Amino acid sequence: MSTLIALIVAAVTFGTVLMYGTLGEILTEKSGNLNLGVEGIMYMGGAFGLAGAFYYEKAAGAAASGPVAIVIAILCAIAAGMAASAIYSFITITLRANQNVTGLALSIFGTGIGQFVGEYMRVSEGGYVALGNGLKDAFNATVFPQALINIPVLGRILFSHTVFFYLAIVLAIVMHLFLKRTRWGLYLTAVGESPSTADAAGINVTKYKYLATVIGGGISAIGGMVYIMTTAGCVWNHEGLAGVGWLAVALVIFCMWRPLNAIWGSVIFGAMMIMYLRVLIPFIPTELYKILPYIVTVIVLIITSMRNSRDKQPPASLGLNYFREER
Amino acid sequence: MREEKTAFIRLAKRTDMDPRKVWMIRVGSIVVALLLGFVPMLLTGTNPIEAYGVIISGSLSRPVYIRQTVRTAIPLLGCALAIAPCFKMRFWNIGAEGQITMGAMAATYFALYWVGKVPSPVLLVIMFLAAAIMGGLWALIPAFFKAKWNTNETLFTLMMNYIAIGIVAWLQGGPWEGRKGSQLIPMFDDAARLPEVLGVNCGWIMVLVLTVLMYFYMNKTKHGYEIAVIGDSVNTARYAGMNVGWIIMRTMFISGAISGVVGFIFVSGANHTLYSGVADGVGFTAITVAWLSQLNSFAMIVISFVLAVLEKGSNTLQTRLSVPASIADIITGILLFCMLSCEFFINYRLIFRRKTKEEVAS
Repeated sequence: MSTLIALIVAAVTFGTVLMYGTLGEILTEKSGNLNLGVEGIMYMGGAFGLAGAFYYEKAAGAAASGPVAIVIAILCAIAAGMAASAIYSFITITLRANQNVTGLALSIFGTGIGQFVGEYMRVSEGGYVALGNGLKDAFNATVFPQALINIPVLGRILFSHTVFFYLAIVLAIVMHLFLKRTRWGLYLTAVGESPSTADAAGINVTKYKYLATVIGGGISAIGGMVYIMTTAGCVWNHEGLAGVGWLAVALVIFCMWRPLNAIWGSVIFGAMMIMYLRVLIPFIPTELYKILPYIVTVIVLIITSMRNSRDKQPPASLGLNYFREER
Repeated sequence: MREEKTAFIRLAKRTDMDPRKVWMIRVGSIVVALLLGFVPMLLTGTNPIEAYGVIISGSLSRPVYIRQTVRTAIPLLGCALAIAPCFKMRFWNIGAEGQITMGAMAATYFALYWVGKVPSPVLLVIMFLAAAIMGGLWALIPAFFKAKWNTNETLFTLMMNYIAIGIVAWLQGGPWEGRKGSQLIPMFDDAARLPEVLGVNCGWIMVLVLTVLMYFYMNKTKHGYEIAVIGDSVNTARYAGMNVGWIIMRTMFISGAISGVVGFIFVSGANHTLYSGVADGVGFTAITVAWLSQLNSFAMIVISFVLAVLEKGSNTLQTRLSVPASIADIITGILLFCMLSCEFFINYRLIFRRKTKEEVAS
């Protein structure tokens, strides 16, 4: 039982990272933009989030407070992600370049920037860049009182996570309500489904595409920061972050473009990512065990493409640029 | 409703640009990209002129360096050739990394278990063929599902990368492990190594031959024409009676086979062993090469060499000026951004709003 609880807790920790990446990309794709640069965006979020918290700690010294550091890290990550997706938006929306290639370029560019910043900090600070123990604890602390965590079984599963997990849940619910219950959300959906119809109805397509893509990028970037601050232990670790952004893109399909599905979807994927460390299956070598999430993703891709139900489709204009003069 | 004014800038499509002007814009965008590359260097307090100088001298100033640069360029060129037909078809194959790895794996199998049983040239030919077939089959899996159910190929091919790498990682620490506990596959026997020509493994001859072949395949054959039509419009291809699914699968098999051969060159020509990171990001960088050269085979030779200079030079930059080598990725990314953006100015004409209303109306 305790193994299972530990597995669930670890799955949620990793799932939180994926959840931000996925939620951001859902918002982006709702506008019809397929941003394949999530990998790069998450790298940048991770590197700049760490840089923000690190230099804040350096400036504030012993007086550094945990909540302030968390807010700074989140803001730095969001800013980096928004900057990255602003480049993407400008090239695809205004200059109408191919979305796939632009996304790939952003992946290369963003991983380069993330690596560069991480490495540069290491070199300029003379070796090891890590947060002090005080801040490390702040990033990994839970928000609920110990009494709740001590509730047998449920306590640890529900209340022992970091603040980032609960923020992500709130974000998913807010996004769900935004998309389903507000005028702007419906407009955004319309833009993603049929930009020319939306345009004819007087919706400013360009504005919606820009806003959704840029804000989505900001949300995705938080995921990279959360990975560095929780799983990686507040140290720049590019190897662990490699591939996470791509999994987030795959998760969007798995979640059928619905924010609420992202909650359990990312926890399941989080579980698959860390299961080889916790649950040993005899006769299956670790290395083959590690590819499980990718095999599951492939199977999910195949199954979703095979069953052609109408409400489980991507936004109809996904990946296509809109050019008003072209009919 | 308020009266809308004519937009300050309007756009119109154009198709009639002078080819010389087109290439001038493209070269100009590369210059802009290199200038933008100054920004990260200046921010980190490095003199950009000096840095570019180190990149050039670190990759081209001595014969040894040039050989190393060429060695880096070979797989880039080969893999870009593999990706080109897929991208021409608008099939987003980002799984070259995995196809390289699987090709390398197939070649390694014969290098390890058939050595001594057949003469060296025969062995090399078998390894070549095995790599091509294995790479092709690996690429065929996503192509099949794309053709049958229109499964998203971008993510599918990407996931296949991780699966391929995982399989090799398992072989490396398991069945094919050399000395127990070493986590390494033994080095190849001399019989399984590609001979060197002019100080570099003869893979460079193979990729140059492939370049010419690919040029003819894409521009002078029926297959190449079909690929171009599908890339422009799948529906047009269907109305014209083309079997789109079959063409997708055939093209992907060819693409995967070439990537597989690149894997063969990697293990037999460069590393002389197999490990899980054998493809070393080439599958992704090659996408850049293919797109920067506008899918033109001969332009790929130049671009892959330029990127090899950038990559090799950045490593020198890291050791000499302690600028992180990932600057190469940043500059590559900026190059791509600029190339993608400049197409806009080639394809569209900007019309600025004129002063008087009468003129706008006319």
